[in-house]
Amino acid sequence: MSTLELAIEFLSWLFIVSGSIFALIGAVGALRFPDFWSRLHAVSITDSAGVILLVIGMCLQAGPTLITVKLLIIGVFLFITGPTSTHAIANAALVTGLRPPEGEGLVGAEPEPLVSDEGDNG
Amino acid sequence: MFTVAIFALFISMVLVLIRLYAGPTLYDRVLAMNSFGTHTVLFIGVLGFLTGRPDFLDISLLYALINFVGTIAILKYFRYRAIGDIHQMPTDQEIGK
Repeated sequence: MSTLELAIEFLSWLFIVSGSIFALIGAVGALRFPDFWSRLHAVSITDSAGVILLVIGMCLQAGPTLITVKLLIIGVFLFITGPTSTHAIANAALVTGLRPPEGEGLVGAEPEPLVSDEGDNG
Repeated sequence: MFTVAIFALFISMVLVLIRLYAGPTLYDRVLAMNSFGTHTVLFIGVLGFLTGRPDFLDISLLYALINFVGTIAILKYFRYRAIGDIHQMPTDQEIGK
């Protein structure tokens, strides 16, 4: 085994194991955190760090083949849709009236008033 | 290496499922379902590598697409109580929030 193969093997170990750890951290945070808004924060760890590291590790393992292209497509798609759906969930929760708990010296964020569709009557 | 990853992902999926069952509000459940879908995509990909059949990545990609559309559809349903024509839907004032 040449030095380059050894280096690639080591790097893919590193990426895959750290990606697994980040996925696990996100899941533990989603289970253990006290309220919805902090769980939102924990879940996005999986969506960003876990996905990116695992996909890079699997790409290194696959080598320059079609599999790498598919993996990159999956990675880019998850990288775009993860924050989008998290934002949609947060926005829906905020509009429905769920508020972050207000501590001492903290002010809960009030949403902007809903835009009335006045110009829609024509 | 892939064995470690698949164990970690499996444990994560179980933990997220517990949150999906126990979540006090609707949005906790939707968030847990979305996270469960992301974990499943990674799980299927790693499973393909573990069993030496990377063709599983196609299934993984399809699952990613369905997961995103499903999350948005569930949110739309619980906001407007309908999945369909937006002109038939009640406005935000009629919902009363």
